[in-house]
Amino acid sequence: MKKKMLSLLLTGVMAMGVLAGCGSATSGGSSKSSSKSDSKKSSGGEITVGFAQVGAESDWRTACTKSVKDTFTSKNGYKLIFDDAQQKQENQITAIRNFIQQDVDYIVLDPVTETGWDTVLQEAKDAGIPVIVVDRMVDVSDDSLYTMRIGSDFKAEGNKACDWLKQYADAQGVAQTDIKIVDIQGTIGASAQIGRTEGLNDAVKANGWKLVAQQTGEFTQAKGQEVMESILKQNSDFNVVYCENDNEAFGAIDALEAAGKKVGTDLKNGDVMVMSFDSTKAGLTDVKDGKITLDTECNPLYGPKLDEIIKNLEAGKKVEKSQFIDEAMFAHDDTVKSVSAAGESGDAKNYDVTVVTDDVISGRSY
Amino acid sequence: MTKKSFWNRLVHTSLFLPVVCLIAVLLINLIQTPTFFKVSINNGVLYGYIIDIINRGSELVILAVGMTLVTAASGGQDISVGAIMAVAAAICCQLLSGGKVSTNTLAMPIFIAALVGILAAGLCGAFNGLLVAKFKIQPMVATLILFTAGRGIAQLVTKGQITYVRVPAYKVLGGYIGKCPVPTPVFVAILTVIVMQLILKKTALGLYIESVGINGSASRLVGLNSTLLKFISYVICGLLAGLAGIVASSRIYSADANNIGLNMEMDAILAVALGGNNLGGGKFNMMGSIIGAYTIQALTTSLYAMNVSADQLPVYKAIVVVVIVVIQSPVFRKKIAGLSKRKAVA
Repeated sequence: MKKKMLSLLLTGVMAMGVLAGCGSATSGGSSKSSSKSDSKKSSGGEITVGFAQVGAESDWRTACTKSVKDTFTSKNGYKLIFDDAQQKQENQITAIRNFIQQDVDYIVLDPVTETGWDTVLQEAKDAGIPVIVVDRMVDVSDDSLYTMRIGSDFKAEGNKACDWLKQYADAQGVAQTDIKIVDIQGTIGASAQIGRTEGLNDAVKANGWKLVAQQTGEFTQAKGQEVMESILKQNSDFNVVYCENDNEAFGAIDALEAAGKKVGTDLKNGDVMVMSFDSTKAGLTDVKDGKITLDTECNPLYGPKLDEIIKNLEAGKKVEKSQFIDEAMFAHDDTVKSVSAAGESGDAKNYDVTVVTDDVISGRSY
Repeated sequence: MTKKSFWNRLVHTSLFLPVVCLIAVLLINLIQTPTFFKVSINNGVLYGYIIDIINRGSELVILAVGMTLVTAASGGQDISVGAIMAVAAAICCQLLSGGKVSTNTLAMPIFIAALVGILAAGLCGAFNGLLVAKFKIQPMVATLILFTAGRGIAQLVTKGQITYVRVPAYKVLGGYIGKCPVPTPVFVAILTVIVMQLILKKTALGLYIESVGINGSASRLVGLNSTLLKFISYVICGLLAGLAGIVASSRIYSADANNIGLNMEMDAILAVALGGNNLGGGKFNMMGSIIGAYTIQALTTSLYAMNVSADQLPVYKAIVVVVIVVIQSPVFRKKIAGLSKRKAVA
């Protein structure tokens, strides 16, 4: 008797569920058509933006998220649907499918990896939703699958850092052949890792530097520390550690100091010099203290730029397919004033080097 | 004759194969990296690959101890331990920083914050235990809930950011106590093992857990509360995961909700399997799991030492694990036993 009641109840619940499911599906359908016509007839309504973020694996990412969240507020005429993928591509693909179902006006994607996006971006294209790729690149067979990409020029970042190192060595009177580098790479396959490693590898060849070890620290402090510990035991004869983000640099510095190495800026007198990327507030604090000698910025503040692009798209203006965000360089001292480096486009440009002061650090929001 | 029987006895001890596997991994190192076993004092602390293995393996050992109990009692694994580590670390660091993203001063004593973190992890373990023991849900399914939700909880606690506690005192647990040359995590791991061994051997808990794992209904009939015993094993597993989480967090003086303990549940299960334990529950061998844990860490450290490039690391790891697991499989053991018997006859 009891069992029968229970099964009856469960059946009832299931039936309700089915009904509710249908209900929401139809209402979803109607809202779809209405929102479509809405966005077409007036720009006064809210613009819905779905943002598929990688995760919160570093301070940098957190700053990026904050910048986007601060920009796409209802006060600015936006409705933001935010999704944290916890560094898993499958989560991001699900998120994009959800955005398509919710019929957002724009999808902003910060991809976990470069490959594997063809299917889901095709779905977005079929649904007529423009996709803006930020930060990392996507590698798709058909470029028209996304509207535009805005990101960092990682190749330029690597080249900038290497040109700085070359000039710094010259200024300190250290022969280029005496530069021995350990490269703590980012997560293998990430655009940032590919660009920064490529920049270093090219410079090693061009300048006759010695690459002592190359291992991934997966962009985390814990791995950076563990890998540095291990490399120290293999071969402790190096003078430059090239970390591909700030978190790795923190871990590497801890490991170097625990092993009794002197981390500093004085290459000539046997210091181990740490170079890093990202330029977070914590990173710049270490630059000021001389633990990190050069920190090449990777600008996470995409919010304002995205706002500008979406406004242009709304107004029907044409936007350039590939854009790069402006990025600075921060050094402990002014030994090197400016560097010249080529980026993805291949043309060399000049970049100024900023010396880190308390003002620079306090002006940092992340 | 006596020599042979000694050999036979040795081969048949349950620890024989796990130890052989560990030694094999270490021997390969000796050939590849002659300096592998060199231990020196550098900058006032012990220094060498072996120290790295013992130090870095600590969290895994702590997890493996809990995982062994859960496996023995419920015949299933707790796949949420990695996420629970993140929860404990997140709560501990948030309490220490007083809700800020980064702090240079402590908002409360480290001991209390760590304790709260570990207790929260125990609560997660209790949740798992409730589902498995009371509601009889498959352990894999029950713990899948926290496996996916745990990191989300940790993210909520840390507000999606990495919480930094830049206070030297907080680095002690993952670093060094004063001028002691041995890394602290090693002590934590040893202490955990000793305490757990005492609890299991000095009380009947170990025996009870084994009997519940071998036959739950029979144990109930002789008067053991099998539900409670399973529940307790999950709570212990949760508490230990919390402890491991605090150690991992102390190493980087921060709570990184996304990465602390990432994929460690799999390593912990593997450690239990490498230790020659039956993943279907019943009799267990704690020392085997601990040796298994160090074997896994030895493998990771070895691959770093051999400078295996990062994208190939998982492949090598997989090959070695497959070989070790096959060697320890009952079928393979029988084959070997058959061979030696035939030899004896001939």
